[in-house]
Amino acid sequence: MSRWLPRTYLTLVYLLLYVPIAVLVVFSFNDSRTGYEWGGLSFRWYEALFNNRAMVQAMWNSLWLALSAATVSTLIGALTALALHRYRFRGKQVLNGMLFIVMMSPEIVLAISLLGLFLMVGLQLGYVSLLLAHVTFCLPFVVITVMARLSGFDERLPEAARDLGASDFTMTRTVLIPVIMPALLAGWLLGFTLSLDDVVVSTFVSGPSYEILPLRIYSMVRVGLKPEVNALGTLLLVFSLVMLMLSQWILLRSKR
Amino acid sequence: MKQTLLSLSKLSKQFDDRKVLDSLDLEILDGEFITLLGPSGCGKTTLLRMMAGFEHPDEGSITLGSQDLTHTPPEARPLNTVFQNYALFPHMSVFDNVAYGLKMEKRPKPEIKQRVEEALAMVQLEDFAKRKPHQLSGGQQQRVAIARAVVKRPKMLLLDEPLSALDYKLRRTMQVELKRLQRELGITFVFVTHDQEEALSMSDRIVVLKDGLIQQLGTPREVYERPANLFTARFVGETNFFPGRVDALNDDGTIIVDVFGLKRRFRKPDFSVVKGQPLHVLLRPEDIRVLAPGDDDGVAGKVVERNYKGSTLDSVIHLTDGTEVLASEFFDEDDPTFDYRLGEPVRVSWVDGWEWLLPEEPAVVAEEETVDG
Repeated sequence: MSRWLPRTYLTLVYLLLYVPIAVLVVFSFNDSRTGYEWGGLSFRWYEALFNNRAMVQAMWNSLWLALSAATVSTLIGALTALALHRYRFRGKQVLNGMLFIVMMSPEIVLAISLLGLFLMVGLQLGYVSLLLAHVTFCLPFVVITVMARLSGFDERLPEAARDLGASDFTMTRTVLIPVIMPALLAGWLLGFTLSLDDVVVSTFVSGPSYEILPLRIYSMVRVGLKPEVNALGTLLLVFSLVMLMLSQWILLRSKR
Repeated sequence: MKQTLLSLSKLSKQFDDRKVLDSLDLEILDGEFITLLGPSGCGKTTLLRMMAGFEHPDEGSITLGSQDLTHTPPEARPLNTVFQNYALFPHMSVFDNVAYGLKMEKRPKPEIKQRVEEALAMVQLEDFAKRKPHQLSGGQQQRVAIARAVVKRPKMLLLDEPLSALDYKLRRTMQVELKRLQRELGITFVFVTHDQEEALSMSDRIVVLKDGLIQQLGTPREVYERPANLFTARFVGETNFFPGRVDALNDDGTIIVDVFGLKRRFRKPDFSVVKGQPLHVLLRPEDIRVLAPGDDDGVAGKVVERNYKGSTLDSVIHLTDGTEVLASEFFDEDDPTFDYRLGEPVRVSWVDGWEWLLPEEPAVVAEEETVDG
């Protein structure tokens, strides 16, 4: 009794977590039209997916958005983290705290306030508004990842570089950035993933000119579950797994 | 006479409310091994960082030869630093670490290769060029840090407690090695340490610092045998402080001092003395002679602790008035009875002429205790 109880419990937990995913993957290869009965192995939904031009376009839009949002937020976030780490200035604590507020506040609040802001300044909803919104919610995560790496950073390294004749700029290029590179990559990956699957904020700030994948899926599912969605879900799952392994590999390599 | 290489003049520095350096003057001579010695917080590291250019003085100036360095950034100073925890670049190989400074000078590739190999050979690490710093032991990392700093052939090498992370034995080896390097390279070494033994054994001159002020500047021998004040005496080596009182001033340059009721004849000190003045009689443990209880010389006491140290026998003796005396005696092969039991009564004396006299410093004595702890 005492032995099988925890085992059963664990099994149940893992079943609950993984059965839906397994079902999704299995049914993405299902030949049947309805999503509830097995009709043999087939790749027809993958075919249908790639023939759906609107869907492919939304996928490219999403990828491009995630790529640019992750890159912009990594650039700004890294500089913010460096400033917070390196300098003592008035209002530093406030700035630091504000990052956490963005991270902790409900997404819907961020979405409404961003929409209000964009309407107020008269920005047309589309790629630019999406990018600005995504950079906003990715930023704190990047800053925190980079700051964590910087807190373990040996303060003598930049000094050693300067001592050996490097200007501040050369030191940053040859010592500081290479040493914090794993954190930059990790922050970038985090931003990329956050941006790629965001629904709430995107719903508010996207316009008809720029449709992105999560919103496309959402609207597809509303009118009835198509097996195409299973195929898409499987592709996204594989993609996330690859990204996850990549980030783990980078972290492991940097820990040596 | 050696020439002055670096002169520090009236350097002051304040961090928040604390004065770290207080109008400090120091001339560092070309080719010497000079040590900045003091307890933590005495300003020695700040002083070194100022020479390197990482800190800027609030007041005063730093001049190298005829060149004013006070506001020169670190990268433009012809000095290099060996950092306390080595600060090797973790993402570069040993070769690239050592080559970094030469790359910054934009030297041609073949020259860089040759000079890096020479520098690595000098610290016996030729075979480790391709390794990363984390694949090396502490002692090896230390050598890489030294090679990286000397490959640029600086006028002066600044070393910030470079041996403090090494274990005792390795530390002794590196001390000898650093001395050898300094002799071979002929570069001026400025060495920061809080370890007085290290300072005594390596330096040409020692600067004893406390509270941002130079307490004493002199050769290791001067600092040990003729400490300028109670702080230096206490900080450098072990010392017995006996209370004395001037009993008489003689015409032949000697004075008679009453110590524990004994009337001893001492050389007249540099400071002025008057009859009846209290003063400190300083005796190093190795100056103390422990005599048999029947001897008519010395003061009575009893042994409360004995420590066998191999070549010496160190003992702690309590005199009848409660004063604690440290004695360190070399073994005398001809004396089979040379050993004490705890509680054994003895008499304590010393050889006149080996003592050192210092005036009373009533205001500072209490503070001294906290600095030691």
